[in-house]
Amino acid sequence: MNAEPKTPLVEMRDISISFGGIKAVDHVTIDVHAGEVVGLLGHNGAGKSTLIKCLSGAYRADSGDIYINGQKVVIANPRDARAHNIETIYQTLALADNLDAASNLFLGRELVGAGGFLDDARMEAETRKIMARLNPNFRKFNVPVSALSGGQRQSVAIARAVYFDAKILIMDEPTAALGPHETQMVAELIQELKRQGLGIFLIDHDIHAVMKLCDRASVMKNGQLVGTVNVKDVTDDDILGMIILGKQPAKAQ
Amino acid sequence: MTQTTPTPSASQTSEGAAARFLRATEIDTRLLGMVGALVLIWVGFDLYGEMFKNGGQFLTPRNLWNLSVQTASIGIMATGMVMVIVTRNIDLSVGSILGLCAIVMGEIQVNILPQYLGLGHPLIWIIAVLCGLTVGGLIGALHGFLVAYGRIPSFIVTLGGLLVWRGAAFLVARGETISPIDPTFQLLGGGPYGSVGATGSWIVGLIAVAAILWMLKSGRDRRRKHGFALRPMWAEYVLAALGCGLVIGAVLLVNAYPWPAGIVKAYAATHGITVPEGGLFISHGFAIPVLILIAVGILVTVLATRTRFGRYVFAMGGNPDAAELSGINTRLMTVKIFALMGVLAGLSAVVSSARLNSATNALGTLDELYVIASAVIGGTSLAGGIGTIYGAILGALVMQSLQTGMVLIGFDAAIQQVVVGGVLVLAVYLDILYRRKST
Ligand SMILES: Nc1ncnc2c1ncn2[C@@H]1O[C@H](COP(=O)(O)OP(=O)(O)O)[C@@H](O)[C@H]1O
Ligand SMILES: [Mg+2]
Repeated sequence: MNAEPKTPLVEMRDISISFGGIKAVDHVTIDVHAGEVVGLLGHNGAGKSTLIKCLSGAYRADSGDIYINGQKVVIANPRDARAHNIETIYQTLALADNLDAASNLFLGRELVGAGGFLDDARMEAETRKIMARLNPNFRKFNVPVSALSGGQRQSVAIARAVYFDAKILIMDEPTAALGPHETQMVAELIQELKRQGLGIFLIDHDIHAVMKLCDRASVMKNGQLVGTVNVKDVTDDDILGMIILGKQPAKAQ
Repeated sequence: MTQTTPTPSASQTSEGAAARFLRATEIDTRLLGMVGALVLIWVGFDLYGEMFKNGGQFLTPRNLWNLSVQTASIGIMATGMVMVIVTRNIDLSVGSILGLCAIVMGEIQVNILPQYLGLGHPLIWIIAVLCGLTVGGLIGALHGFLVAYGRIPSFIVTLGGLLVWRGAAFLVARGETISPIDPTFQLLGGGPYGSVGATGSWIVGLIAVAAILWMLKSGRDRRRKHGFALRPMWAEYVLAALGCGLVIGAVLLVNAYPWPAGIVKAYAATHGITVPEGGLFISHGFAIPVLILIAVGILVTVLATRTRFGRYVFAMGGNPDAAELSGINTRLMTVKIFALMGVLAGLSAVVSSARLNSATNALGTLDELYVIASAVIGGTSLAGGIGTIYGAILGALVMQSLQTGMVLIGFDAAIQQVVVGGVLVLAVYLDILYRRKST
């Protein structure tokens, strides 16, 4: 798909950010087209989460630019990212443990009724609807999310990202706490969202999942981009080589 | 993601009548515990008086009415302190803000406005109150700004504020006591004239009863509309009866406390009423500061539970990073929360100085500790994210009940301090045990 000449939905160009001398992300460029899934791979500490946090507004890059549909944009905080229809499932899930599922799902975008008061009943009803689709076993609507299992919490975070008609979806290890059945459901969800035309960045440690779900894969090591490959053109071992050795496979260069 | 929710039939057979009652009515067990503690304190002091003094003095309309007035100032501030503590901050400066606001309002209504408007002008009290609330709000906003944008821990900012504003209060009035204050302003502190009387109290009570019934009804309608589980009908009736009974009981209580004979005589003389043989029974009714506390409690509860502002307060307490990542402007929120705390300290300054009929720069000394203790006794977690407004007001009532009770049975100030301090630690310990059990 990267062969097509059309402008990417999102391009992060030459992004760098360091924390007290550590170059967490070092001149990295990645992009995603509408209807495409781009995998982001690399060891722990490679800088994947830090890179996508520059897109989600959690961090501000020290240098580099972000383009959406070819237009340069400034994403200074999470509000800016949401305004550009960028939704993020963080690795840490970013849930307020003391609030229930509906409050977390709508956090920052609450439904209000007459007089500007929260419409908790409608928010719960909407939450029940989307959870019925994403995780039909989910029942714990009226307890703080601290009382939920890891998988249930993860499904709340996923629901929050897909509820609001995202155009750009960032998924940072979305299946980390899930069992095989739930992981399969997330895979189906990703394929459905892709069909709907979203551009998706998927960070995942499971190379097989990446090979199955992604169109392209960008590999990072020590904050630097090793390279981006078309998944069709490479084998699992090629990608493993990129992750471990930090070398582009010969045929993809 | 597999659920292990017990089936309804299994849980119903295994739980006792009390548990079923609590689940059906959805009454919070923590609330029940606090009410229980309060009843214990009240009955305990009364029985002690019954046995060792000449008669129980605690459970009298007079004492309970006074208790309600004494709770007002701390209770008003405790509602704001809940918001501050829920966001993992603390405000040690509220007593000093109260002192400064009282002095500023005293200066304005005694030394400044009468020069321009004339003594006793009806605008004086309004302007004074607005100035007091504004000063409190601005100081709070400054604290919040330093915490949020300066990244200085709130403990330090407000510890500094505790000293700064107390000193400022001294400087503004050169250490003098300002009195007597405007007669209308004085009504905000309570007393026979600063109460709404028997008829007024019945009106307040009936409005409250109507509001309780309306809330139960509309809550049920909303649940039905979305197809959520409804409380059994009998539970709704129990809740309605409990709520309305409490309100009517409170009205009967405050109406059972008559004006003292001296005040009645003076009132009769100025209004040309002849006092009959057996004296004239004029009820106090609800004191105005108590009504202010109730109004503040309702408003802040609505703010905390029904608005975005409140939702963000709790989200910030539960997970500050998540709040920020959800697009909440957590810094601006912090400024607003401290500003609200400041406004409430200003309101408490109105109540306290009006009750005292004077403004002194020492007013509100140590109040910060009682306010924080009230919030914490009321179930606000210092770890953030958890707390209720009604809990804090009940906490203030518990603290004040202890203090009043000890005064009544003749404990001296030193023992009072020991007891109040001990109770605070005990209450927090019980709270920790409760939370450990319930999670
Ligand atoms: N807020 C931060 N402060 C300091 N160092 C950070 C911060 N966030 C990330 N890092 C560092 O940046 C590097 C990349 O981390 P991260 O992006 O989480 O890697 P990945 O998601 O690929 O596992 C690590 O060395 C990590 O310690
Ligand atoms: Mg990561």
